[in-house]
Amino acid sequence: MATRGFLGRRPTDGEGERLPPGQYRTDDFPVLSAGPTPRVALKDWSFTLKDGVRPVMRWDWDAFNQLPQSKLTRDIHCVTKWSKFNTAWSGVMIDDILAEAGIAAPSEFTLAHSYDGYSTNVPTDDLINGKAMVATHFDGKPIIADHGGPARLLVPHLYFWKSAKWVNGLQFTNRDEAGFWELRGYHMRGDPWREQRFTGD
Amino acid sequence: MNSLSDIAPQPQRLVWQQATVVAITLETPSVKVFRLRPAEWHGFTAGQHVDIRLTAPDGYQAERSFSIASAPDGTGMIDLAIDKIDDGEVSPFFHEVVEIGDEIELRGPIGGHFIWSAGDGGPLLLIAGGSGLVPLMSMLRYRALAAPEIPATLIYSARRNEDLIWRDELFRRATQDPNFTLLATLSRETTPIEGARLGRIDRALLDAALASLPAPPETTFVCGSNRFVSAASTFVLDAGVPFASVRTERYGG
Repeated sequence: MATRGFLGRRPTDGEGERLPPGQYRTDDFPVLSAGPTPRVALKDWSFTLKDGVRPVMRWDWDAFNQLPQSKLTRDIHCVTKWSKFNTAWSGVMIDDILAEAGIAAPSEFTLAHSYDGYSTNVPTDDLINGKAMVATHFDGKPIIADHGGPARLLVPHLYFWKSAKWVNGLQFTNRDEAGFWELRGYHMRGDPWREQRFTGD
Repeated sequence: MNSLSDIAPQPQRLVWQQATVVAITLETPSVKVFRLRPAEWHGFTAGQHVDIRLTAPDGYQAERSFSIASAPDGTGMIDLAIDKIDDGEVSPFFHEVVEIGDEIELRGPIGGHFIWSAGDGGPLLLIAGGSGLVPLMSMLRYRALAAPEIPATLIYSARRNEDLIWRDELFRRATQDPNFTLLATLSRETTPIEGARLGRIDRALLDAALASLPAPPETTFVCGSNRFVSAASTFVLDAGVPFASVRTERYGG
């Protein structure tokens, strides 16, 4: 049913088809997080890959930056309704992290963990085969703390809360264990093209 | 933030429904409050928001999120405070087109982190920048109804005196409620205003807020623009408030 008197402001040519349902385009880069921005010093930073409770491999900042570097330029979509086009990231593909650790993904489900205690669950298929990275640079510069630096997960084809800021590890799990927002009513997968914002969407 | 105690019960599914506009109030030169009566409403927790969906005659839709300003009070109605953004798509529609009796589509309530219930206890430290006051106002109004014995202090930063949303109500509550302290600060006024200090939020104001509470805050809620929340959170952490007890909500996104 139409809303009385609402005409709306249409996306310009070619923009509409890049906008998932319910999203609008912004050229800003809004900041959203559940708490204050954690202060993570590079000398204290590390990234741990776990299979269940078992640590598989751990990198400090220097070692992590020795891994193969890749670039991804993608549109990103936040569940709070904004989308930003052509965001340019670089970092280490999840595929390369697994290759360095010498393993294939051992289960269908993954939890990403962060320095602020945040976590988010992502189906493993959404992380591998060139789809996702641990990003360390945005627009050619180190990611600032408000946007998740030193390093954040980047899963650009899912709502952006899945791209955990201040990431410090990936943990493969046997079950699909709900992360921070997923426990609080947000969707377990979060595909913006299917508008999977909340539980039951 | 790792504990599960802050998680509100979540509905199985959030369904779109119509809500009727039953009252509209101009609260400041740029903020209107819309009182809505959703067709089917089962209450909410202070701090939660709703999603609004507007549909044009050709089917084009726009969605936005708005925090609830009223207390969960059993009336079946909710207040949304909408700040007019001149180059926006949705807020000018609300300010210029929406009338009493209109039907607006919404779903909710949404949000399981930036919320407060009496059972969560206190003291409460609330820090608002501009229209970031809205979800904190819901908490304050709810606290006054449900748990007025819980100490609460609000730091509220606005540009000018006229921009203070619910100004009279806040000053009245501060006068009448012995457990509530209001610290208003105005960043763009140059002449003294009774009841408010001049300038931006700073460490001294944060220290004053902490001193007004009988014990350290159990939870600190900070809401406003990203710049405001970043600055305020830094003062909060510098003052020794534990990281995990601070919850933030940033708008402009």
